[in-house]
Amino acid sequence: MTTARTPVDPAGDSGYADHPPRMGFFTDTTVCIGCKACEVACKEWNAVPEDGLDLTGMSYDNTVGLGADTWRHVAFIEQRKPIGRQDPGLHHDQDVLTMAEHGTATQPPEAGMTPTTPGAGDDFRWLMASDVCKHCTHAACLDVCPTGSLFRTEFGTVVVQEDICNGCGYCIPACPYGVIDQRKDDGRAWKCTLCYDRLGDGLEPACAKACPTDSIQFGPLDELRERAGRRVEQLHEAGVPEARLYGADPDDGVGGDGAFFLLLDEPEVYGFPPDPVVTTRDLPAMWRHVASAAATLAAGAVAAFLGARKGR
Amino acid sequence: MKGQDAEHGSLDSRPAREAMTGVHTGRKRKGEQPVVPDTEFTSYYGKPVLNGPVWKSPDVPGYLFLGGVAGASSVLGAGAHATGRNRLAVAAKTGAFGAVTVSLGALIHDLGRPARFLNMLRVFKPTSPMNMGSWLLTAYGPCAGAAALSAVTGRLPRIGALATAGAALTGPAVAAYTAALVSDTAVPAWHDGHRELPYVFTGSAAVGAGGLGLLAAPDREAGPARNLALFGTVLELAAFRRMERRLGMVAEPYRAGKPGGMVRAGEALAVAGVAGATLGRRSRVARALSGAGLLAASALSKWGIFDAGKVSAEDPKYTIVPQRERLRERERGGDGWPAGNGAR
Ligand code: SF4
Ligand code: SF4
Repeated sequence: MTTARTPVDPAGDSGYADHPPRMGFFTDTTVCIGCKACEVACKEWNAVPEDGLDLTGMSYDNTVGLGADTWRHVAFIEQRKPIGRQDPGLHHDQDVLTMAEHGTATQPPEAGMTPTTPGAGDDFRWLMASDVCKHCTHAACLDVCPTGSLFRTEFGTVVVQEDICNGCGYCIPACPYGVIDQRKDDGRAWKCTLCYDRLGDGLEPACAKACPTDSIQFGPLDELRERAGRRVEQLHEAGVPEARLYGADPDDGVGGDGAFFLLLDEPEVYGFPPDPVVTTRDLPAMWRHVASAAATLAAGAVAAFLGARKGR
Repeated sequence: MKGQDAEHGSLDSRPAREAMTGVHTGRKRKGEQPVVPDTEFTSYYGKPVLNGPVWKSPDVPGYLFLGGVAGASSVLGAGAHATGRNRLAVAAKTGAFGAVTVSLGALIHDLGRPARFLNMLRVFKPTSPMNMGSWLLTAYGPCAGAAALSAVTGRLPRIGALATAGAALTGPAVAAYTAALVSDTAVPAWHDGHRELPYVFTGSAAVGAGGLGLLAAPDREAGPARNLALFGTVLELAAFRRMERRLGMVAEPYRAGKPGGMVRAGEALAVAGVAGATLGRRSRVARALSGAGLLAASALSKWGIFDAGKVSAEDPKYTIVPQRERLRERERGGDGWPAGNGAR
């Protein structure tokens, strides 16, 4: 049962005597450019079906969230906050329509913006973050799966076996991050496999391979955590005090994530739960209350008979 | 510009060129009225943090209701059997078997791959209430079936008595475990209520089984059914109150909107049913009406609880606000694990 709040070796705990190091993702959102190459690479490699083309109005985010057919999701957040020492390059004092009327032959002195004009330095930043299954140390989805379809791989990741899943749907509300979901026309549950097939062949997952900025970094979790720690320090020194890690702490409510993140704002801003807890942590208490409630019912029934006079 | 806006009527309501980045347009979904003023919190475009339950209605709330009625009816049937209340015994045992059969059908129907139902029994997994429930039903179902068959036909009384005892022993667990089933999720209203929900569920099961007994039993055998309904009503109401007090804002969906209405209606019907059965104990019609009311009460509260859970998963507020509060508490130096989430 995954209720302990101590760092563990998930693959070893699942019975792999001799296993490769735990592999994971470190997603450094500070260098994400929102190109969605990860989303595309994931869909292509894993043959994830098309799931509609909606224009949501949520900045550049048209996939909305993780689900059965979205295993990488790039979030876009527009904020009125300064962006470290960078210049966001906005020109709020310019009316682009007036400029357009003016025609293309604007003389540089009267032009509102030229490639060399310094920006107004307005407070604006655009956060982008590529979300994915966290491959939790204590994975609720795996704990509650009644068929054993969800399992722990030798790499410490969490994978659904689609030939066993019977679509009971239990894993879906159990996940504290809203990752796994049911594919409607198929009935089964689907999510990121951390490219289990590629890992077996010594390849890195498709998203990490495709990421042009190395925002998605793949590797042994220990190394990633070290590197992430150094990156946060570097950012703090560079004057970005709000840089923080999310999911890297082995003492958090899920025992740490196999896929963790470097964020520039509170987790909920990106759609993450601020303090997720694996639901099965409370399962022993639940079973105790179930047992005592069952006993209460039995006792109540006995009392119901004792309290009824014969013939009534 | 004016002309353009008139052409595209809907543009009027949009912020268009004056839109501020990073500022929510503040459009609310229709018909939603917060019960208490919105607590200050941030979310990603108001989208839910969780992927809510995909369990369908009426399958799953129907299962919660009928499974409870079945489990408690088996206990009622065994008591009636032991005390020689034969008509009550037959009614409770057949009722239990009927209810568990239909609820099992509902469970299988709810699966994305019903043909793979038996995969539930591939493993034995105490961390999965659904797996444990499947094993429990595997033990309980045949007992309830044999008990009912023997009671109706009068054949094989020894085996019938044994099966009756088996069903009575496993019945309360069938009625109670479904609380762990829903609580063992990240759905705030279900998870955080994990301490009281088992009592709410068994209370509601007793209400339903009492109602079923009242519907079928003759005057001189109805006493235990009436008492069971009374016991169930008191247990359910008391546990529910306790849960609401402890959960604070997370209990909102249990009181507001349609789910809240169902819970409230269920409580009122349970009280009315018990009162009707007590005051009109000599009247066949009053008993039948009360019995039907009690059954409906049990169904309504299970439906309400089911729907309230879905509401609490859909609104990011119920996920984010308590977690934020917990973090703040931890920063202040407390242990940060509030009542709802302590491993107790
Ligand atoms: S993030 Fe959700 S789906 Fe992924 S391993 Fe954790 S609980 Fe399972
Ligand atoms: S839907 Fe499939 S993977 Fe999810 S809990 Fe059920 S059987 Fe397991």
